Amino acid sequence: MTSEPLVADHVLEFPGGYTRSTGPVIGRFLTELRDGRVVGVKTAGGRVLVPPLEYDPATGEPVTGEWVEVGPAGTVTAWAWVHEPRKEHPLDRPFAWALIRMDGADTALVHAVDAGNPKAMRPGLRVRPRWKTDREGGITDIACFVPEVTMIVSPTRAEYRIRASASLTRFLEGIRDGVFRGGRCAACDKVYVPIRVSCPECGNVIGEEVELPGTGTVTTFAINNLPDPRAPEVPFISAYILLDGADIPMIALVGGVPAHEVRQGMRVRAEWAPAEERTPSMSSVKWFTPTGEPDVEL
Amino acid sequence: MRQVRDVAVVAFAQTRHTGHDTGASEPELILPVLEEVRAQTGLRRFDFTCSGSCDYLAGAPFSFVSALDALGAWPPISESHVEMDAAWALYEAWVRLQHGDADTALVYGFGKSSMGDLRAIMTLQLDPYYLAPLGLDQLSYAALQASALGASRDELDRIVRRSRTAGRENPYALDLPADEDGGFLVEPLKAHDVAPVTDGAAAVVLAAGDRAGELATRPAFIRGIAHRIEPHYLGMRDLARSASAADAARAAGVGKGPVEVAELHAQFSHEEIILREALELPADTVVNPSGGPLAANPVMATGLIRIGEAARRILDGSASRTVAHAAGGPCLQHNLVAVLEA
Repeated sequence: MTSEPLVADHVLEFPGGYTRSTGPVIGRFLTELRDGRVVGVKTAGGRVLVPPLEYDPATGEPVTGEWVEVGPAGTVTAWAWVHEPRKEHPLDRPFAWALIRMDGADTALVHAVDAGNPKAMRPGLRVRPRWKTDREGGITDIACFVPEVTMIVSPTRAEYRIRASASLTRFLEGIRDGVFRGGRCAACDKVYVPIRVSCPECGNVIGEEVELPGTGTVTTFAINNLPDPRAPEVPFISAYILLDGADIPMIALVGGVPAHEVRQGMRVRAEWAPAEERTPSMSSVKWFTPTGEPDVEL
Repeated sequence: MRQVRDVAVVAFAQTRHTGHDTGASEPELILPVLEEVRAQTGLRRFDFTCSGSCDYLAGAPFSFVSALDALGAWPPISESHVEMDAAWALYEAWVRLQHGDADTALVYGFGKSSMGDLRAIMTLQLDPYYLAPLGLDQLSYAALQASALGASRDELDRIVRRSRTAGRENPYALDLPADEDGGFLVEPLKAHDVAPVTDGAAAVVLAAGDRAGELATRPAFIRGIAHRIEPHYLGMRDLARSASAADAARAAGVGKGPVEVAELHAQFSHEEIILREALELPADTVVNPSGGPLAANPVMATGLIRIGEAARRILDGSASRTVAHAAGGPCLQHNLVAVLEA
């Protein structure tokens, strides 16, 4: 006696497929498809059926012999998004099934729309057929429909060589050496970091250079969900950090802490790259990381 | 509709449906429900027998003929079959009883959708020129209809929750979690919007004239029954409503009295919304107290079970007027509506 169920595979198939006569109406439609045209047939009441049928579904009367070319564009009236295509489906990537009313038709055609993602789909979307190159006279001679062009992508890129100013060079050399250098305005007593040539508030030339500690306070921050080559991970935090002793904050990354725990008033310290890896570049500061001190009232 | 003879449902039985293949062959699946309605009525022979099933479910041509083994068809019996849900077998039996020379009919339906891939099998019913070559599967065309309807996610979830909760109270239906939140299968439909894969069978006995009162203390009389169909091609219809279900409901006389219970053959949650509107069901009608197809969907018996469940509530005295609905074809193409009264 067996304890395991006896199981076998079974396939029901007509090898090679059935041959089916098309009749004059469907045959005409499929022939036109093979030539790259979508046509409809008129009913006695003047409606244009696409795809054409031999009989008017509304009245049961035979359709007329009058044919009209429709499209090439059509309008989506309803759609359903296939997240995981099956092997029988016309596309091997996520796509929409849609009811498409071809321009000039009074009924809707069922077909696939290669729209990339469901956000691109909406009732009223204008679509056009993407034809197969080798057509044989079947509904799949239209590989799928694709949305009409309403948007283009404009790549923008220009390359520059930037030479650091004297004050920036001085600041970045400080970064290389593991210190933040700022400047104090003799007139208004404000401390700016990075170091700058003149005071943006009163316009005086800044003469006095100060060294600031690598500790400070987060005054505000943003959680960035788009990747950036300068950030080590996504999401990453870019924050305004008011270094202790400075009067204006500088922008830097905050790390070593879950994004949702970063807050205004959080105390942070610079996490430096090892001395032998440091260059005169902000990448020498990996990021700012929480010190664990109590938050500061801003 | 002019009705010649009173015809009633006098017995109903169904399997304890399963979500997996128990290994029972089709005759083995049918036999217990046949025995049950035989016991309920005391009948061993029927003047007419009609069944509904689909050979594609088993992938075996003439599997419905093999299923006759469960009947004991010798000496020869008067028998027929529809390659449709057995609700249409019941319709054929009802018509047959109208002839006047037959008084009792056995109707049964069965299906084991666990053996194949129902989404793909249902593609085989589509027109071979325009729809089947696209590989348009059952869930995909249902999702197109849900999209055309534009039902809210909240409403769909409520229907599923209510159906599954009712199903858990129904010993014949599957025990499915009332709350489930999965991702979209084919947007806007999620997995729980879809009737579960189910194996099962059901049987009904019809009796005409005086035989009805002899075989049941409270027969469920079929006061109206009608079916209507609309164009097959999805783009030729307004998928947001079901004109054929509305026509069938009018012809069956649904609106001629109160409807205490309606059992609707909604295999996707959004179909219930379309059907409620088409049948113009009053707000106080209890819909699918059995859990409906969303709690158990033995394909080809599901529609007959709707009639059986609606009749059972008359037979057991818990209702006086109920409505049953069955559907076939893609996107509710073909609809049958029956009105049952004490």
